[in-house]
Amino acid sequence: MACIEARGVRKAYGATMALDGLDLRVEEGRILGLIGPNGAGKTTALNAILGLTPYQGELRVLGRNPWNERDLLMRDVSFIADVAVLPRWICVSELLQYLTGIHPRFDRVKAEGFLAKTNIKLDGRVKTLSKGMVTQLHLALVMAIDARLLVLDEPTLGLDILFRKQFYDSLLNDYFDGSRTIVVTTHQVEEIQDVLTDLMFIDRGRIVLSCTMEELERRYAEVMVRTERLADARTLKPIHERQMFGQSILLFDGVPREQLTGFGEVRRPSVADLFVAVVGKQNGAGGAR
Amino acid sequence: MNSEANAVPQSLAEGARRGARTIPWMESFYWCVRRELWEHRAVYIGPVAAAGVFLFGFLISLLHLPRHMREAIADPSKMNHLGQSYEFAAGAIMIVAMIVQIFYCLDALQGERKDRSILFWKSLPVSDLTTVLSKASIPFVILPALAYGTVIVAGFVMLVLSSIVLALSGLSPAPLWTQLSLMQSALLLLYHMVTVHVLWYAPIICWLLLISAWARRAALLWAVLPPFCVGMLEKLVFNTAHFAMWVQYRFNGGMEAETPPGTMPMNPMTHLTPGHFLATPGLWFGWLVAAICLVLAVRVRRNREAN
Repeated sequence: MACIEARGVRKAYGATMALDGLDLRVEEGRILGLIGPNGAGKTTALNAILGLTPYQGELRVLGRNPWNERDLLMRDVSFIADVAVLPRWICVSELLQYLTGIHPRFDRVKAEGFLAKTNIKLDGRVKTLSKGMVTQLHLALVMAIDARLLVLDEPTLGLDILFRKQFYDSLLNDYFDGSRTIVVTTHQVEEIQDVLTDLMFIDRGRIVLSCTMEELERRYAEVMVRTERLADARTLKPIHERQMFGQSILLFDGVPREQLTGFGEVRRPSVADLFVAVVGKQNGAGGAR
Repeated sequence: MNSEANAVPQSLAEGARRGARTIPWMESFYWCVRRELWEHRAVYIGPVAAAGVFLFGFLISLLHLPRHMREAIADPSKMNHLGQSYEFAAGAIMIVAMIVQIFYCLDALQGERKDRSILFWKSLPVSDLTTVLSKASIPFVILPALAYGTVIVAGFVMLVLSSIVLALSGLSPAPLWTQLSLMQSALLLLYHMVTVHVLWYAPIICWLLLISAWARRAALLWAVLPPFCVGMLEKLVFNTAHFAMWVQYRFNGGMEAETPPGTMPMNPMTHLTPGHFLATPGLWFGWLVAAICLVLAVRVRRNREAN
């Protein structure tokens, strides 16, 4: 069974289509990066998956209809919807008590173990914690829930680089066990690209690219082409071209590596560059229409 | 909206495999109520603080108690004056509880959207229905019970303090315990709270909760202004005041229904006519309105996104 399965999911806010026929399938045990420009429908897609917003179309998360069964679904799903959502008035120990009381899969001992590694005091209120500490707290709570799907929507927004690094390190070392599924959206693509197993680009409410990281490696190649070979290289139809230090960097889709090695150094493109090539191109074409 | 059939979710079987405990609904509900009390400490601090302030004043007034007692012994018709403090205490605590109740209701479902914590609460396996019911339990059960308990404890403390003062000044405290009929007052207050404040005001409480779930800000204005405007419009267009009368009835009708016509309002025990109260059609109509408001509040909470 797929962890998330969406077919033709639509959601309109007035005249704008936030989701315009979204199709996606996420298998269990994957770490998916959902990347898209502002207003592409990332958060709407996640909200639909989490049962926070009604939609049209077919959507199944862990076999359930998220809109009709949000409370049941949340036994198996956790999410962090960016940093500032923990209630500021609550005391850390009260949070632990409450979660123990209402969540069948929350392990208080585990959460206290995670918190012991931080400077967070159990008798402190959330409002006395710094932004980074609130995120640490939220992560500790979520990691102590034995969920099958974890959704992170810009979880590290506004955090400094140390906290961001630590966030993903603990997620991978202490939480991910190969059977859970993680879906993450972020603007800091470069920080998570080595963590991901799958990648999706979303633009204007549709998935415009969906592949595993191995496929990405096989399909896409980036070549720094020497100026004299530029014309030849262009005959292989690069999907994107950019300039750096006076040299051209060409990005190819589905061209065998052996054909490219002659033009210069061949590398795997970064997710960010691929994103600019795929989504930027579409936006450019859209503007020309 | 979604035409899919509800297949048996595989995750149920998974859950059993992973050995997750099942949480009974009442346990979940209990923790949601605890959560409300953590957030809204005014629910218990309010009535207790009112009692504290009143007791402080009462302590000072005890200086005059021996004199009043001597007057009452000389003229038994003045014995009732001694009981007035107890009614004042009950009144003060009740008024504070009602103010807390109104502000609690208006904040209950709006606060979580204002501070965006609703996204956190909704990430937990608690249904919107459980959440709304747990929030409604505060004005319907917890707050009246706390207020009533505070009134009883405050009355008892006053009685004990008075007895000590009287004993010290060489007077017998016995008349306080035998002639003030405080037990009867306590019973009447309980009846009044259950009938008027809980059962009769149910639609008002639920209306406030609904507005709290719906309004993005200024819940108090949204709760008050639309009914006011409807009344104004009716007056201007039809020159009638049916709506205003109806609203007034929602506030006053409880006391009228509580006391059968032709009895003295202050005549104790004739108040206790639950049959007459329950037979009032306005009560049942009010409950219908209350139920509709609650159902709508659940729906609105489900649909509303953070501010």
